[in-house]
Amino acid sequence: MHHDIIMAGFGGQGILMIGNLLAVGALRRGYRVTFFPAYGVEMRGGTANCTVTISDREIGSPVTARPLGLVAMNEPSVVKFGPRVRAGGVVVVNASIVPEGVLDREDVRVVRVPCNDVAADLGDPRLASMVALGAYVAASGVLPVDAVAEVLPEVLPEKVHRLIPLNQKALEAGADRAGA
Amino acid sequence: MKPVFVRPQSLTDKPFHFCPGCHHGVIHRLVAEAIDRFGVRERTIAAASVGCSVFLYDYFDIDVVESPHGRAPAVATGIKRTNPDKFVFIYQGDGDLAAIGTAEIIHAANRGENLTVVFVNNTVYGMTGGQMAPTTLLGQPTTTSPYGREFGQDGYPIKMTEMLAQLEGVGFAARVAVDTPARLAQARKAVFRAFETQLEEKGMGFVEILSSCPTNWGMKPLEAVRRIEREMIPYFPLGVYKERKGSDAL
Amino acid sequence: MSESKVTFEKGNVALAKAAVAAGCRYYFGYPITPQSDIPEYLSGVLPRIGGQFVQAESEVASINMLLGAGATGKRAMTSSSSPGISLKQEGISYMAGSEIPAVIVNVQRSGPGLGGIAPSQGDYFQATRGGGHGDYRVIVLAPASVQEMYDLTVLAFELADAYRTPVMVLADAMIGMMKEPLEEWVPQNPEPAKDDWAATGAAGRPGRRIKSLYLGDGELAEHNWKLAQKYERIRREETRVQIELPEGCELAVVAFGSAARIAKSAVDRLNDEGRRVGYVRPITLWPFPEEAIRRVAEQGVPLLTVELNTGQMVEDVRLAVEGRAPVHFAGYPPGYLPSPDDIYDEIVRRLPAGKEAA
Repeated sequence: MHHDIIMAGFGGQGILMIGNLLAVGALRRGYRVTFFPAYGVEMRGGTANCTVTISDREIGSPVTARPLGLVAMNEPSVVKFGPRVRAGGVVVVNASIVPEGVLDREDVRVVRVPCNDVAADLGDPRLASMVALGAYVAASGVLPVDAVAEVLPEVLPEKVHRLIPLNQKALEAGADRAGA
Repeated sequence: MKPVFVRPQSLTDKPFHFCPGCHHGVIHRLVAEAIDRFGVRERTIAAASVGCSVFLYDYFDIDVVESPHGRAPAVATGIKRTNPDKFVFIYQGDGDLAAIGTAEIIHAANRGENLTVVFVNNTVYGMTGGQMAPTTLLGQPTTTSPYGREFGQDGYPIKMTEMLAQLEGVGFAARVAVDTPARLAQARKAVFRAFETQLEEKGMGFVEILSSCPTNWGMKPLEAVRRIEREMIPYFPLGVYKERKGSDAL
Repeated sequence: MSESKVTFEKGNVALAKAAVAAGCRYYFGYPITPQSDIPEYLSGVLPRIGGQFVQAESEVASINMLLGAGATGKRAMTSSSSPGISLKQEGISYMAGSEIPAVIVNVQRSGPGLGGIAPSQGDYFQATRGGGHGDYRVIVLAPASVQEMYDLTVLAFELADAYRTPVMVLADAMIGMMKEPLEEWVPQNPEPAKDDWAATGAAGRPGRRIKSLYLGDGELAEHNWKLAQKYERIRREETRVQIELPEGCELAVVAFGSAARIAKSAVDRLNDEGRRVGYVRPITLWPFPEEAIRRVAEQGVPLLTVELNTGQMVEDVRLAVEGRAPVHFAGYPPGYLPSPDDIYDEIVRRLPAGKEAA
């Protein structure tokens, strides 16, 4: 298994958080993993993205030109990274703010999930990225959703641990919406 | 027979290389007397600087770390922070401390590093051949200000003691001279106070010592000594500019 | 090490943790992207374990604080990134000359000048040629993973003490910012005693000088020869390289650090496809693994050097090969981080024609 995903969106959408969750979830299931963030000025209100690579053998590059998967939380991310996804890959698009037709590809599976709306229904708009991660995991089958949920206590800062059940719900809601 | 004059224990018996009439030798002796007086020779580490004082390590029988030009306050910070039980002093000339090393001395002072600083101001770069220093007086000719220092071109001579005395991290700051026996006694007292400031952990103890440089001033030793009183002291007034009292811990 | 736990860690943090594990209690530095995780981590940890963290007024001051600390025999370090490392060169030269052990970390960004904050390997020449004035070398270790950020940092402290010389860990923004599994381990080699040379206060002995100035007749030549002999010993004893050479190797890629990681994906893919591509990764950039590379060339294997610059290490590769085999180059200046596909194409272009696997 060799699975690489780019996750991208606005700074503050929780992109790096879900990248970490996926990576640590895979690590705890025995896979090799790397996580490479975009950093620097981009962290301050611009775009944020990271690449997560999951493999059952030693990983060379932590960066990729053609990922197998994409989680795109805003339109610029779909435009920038959508065309690069390898054929047969999965693209999760935040349908709440990305109009239809931005990515016109037949050879990848595009899963449109209204992440912001699902998160709002759960009571906290900040959960949008968690919804997207649940959707990606379910649609791609890269890991069981449980594998990600299990590492919430390890990855989330202590001060938000009371929100773990809610985050778990967001992951599950995303997985349901992916209609795997 | 009771000896009336002996070499301080912390000086080696190597003869000074300094030019006739230069005050470095006298100032070295003052520092050595202070080392002996406070009994810190076996726990002293000095940071030497670049210039005429670079050979400090030949004359003092103590551990000495050479520093790049101007960097002695940083080197000393590294020594003292990793060895707070050691006594650490630096000895810098005016080019070293007040030009290339201005940032290092100001920030070491501002951090309140427990260091003793001996700053020798002779208004020229001595070692390199008498070029203009940041302390060169207005009108003073040097090898790089052949027509005399002119403020529109070169700015004013910098008053380090006044400047450093403003900083909270400085426990003691004084300017002294060694051109007369009376002033020598005051200078000794100031150097001792700068030592005590470190030993009492009151921040930086700073002494500026006005010094002669007959060779680069183009004067005979006696003339040079007179110049200190006539030209230097009026611009660089002597005195204690800052003294943190006994109970004022840093 | 059975109780050790694998954590998911950033390269910069792994390096900082390794410094603490290696017994370093003193850090002097100045903030600069992309290495600030190192001072941020150590400023939290060192004061609580009896150490000192000093944020200096400048890169120049911080390297000289390190000089002072190292001269007293204390394990200490500084870290910075390319422009900051340029400013530190004066101090590094003095430390080499005065034989002061210390660890200097360069998490490279891009240059020249202010350049940018993207990963680059543009400081290879500066690192491996000493960097400052004078005839000296610095041991340069090039980690290519988060685990190596830890392992090689521990090694850096050990080598610095063993040879009384500054050692540089030359990482870059990619290795520093990426996260990977990290297994922390406790170094077992005891820190050597330094009472025989360090400035510790002249208790019961004559004063000592830690210095680089030698003005006596012939003294400086003697001192430089002594340093040269030390460097020769380091060359013999401390050269490190990772080599994977398949039977019937058609071409070998030579790369270090982040470029090596990216190249590895391309090499693996080609070997999966039935080609026979070798992989040579210098771990010490100085001393450079000349012997090992010469042996590869002697087998007639062409080499492709891949770097995140426009051609620096390739000169050392050519010097090692001395014309025994073709030496190709693929370089990527900052601003464009190559993908494994880019390097795949570069390798394929150089593979002997007509031997494609079925």
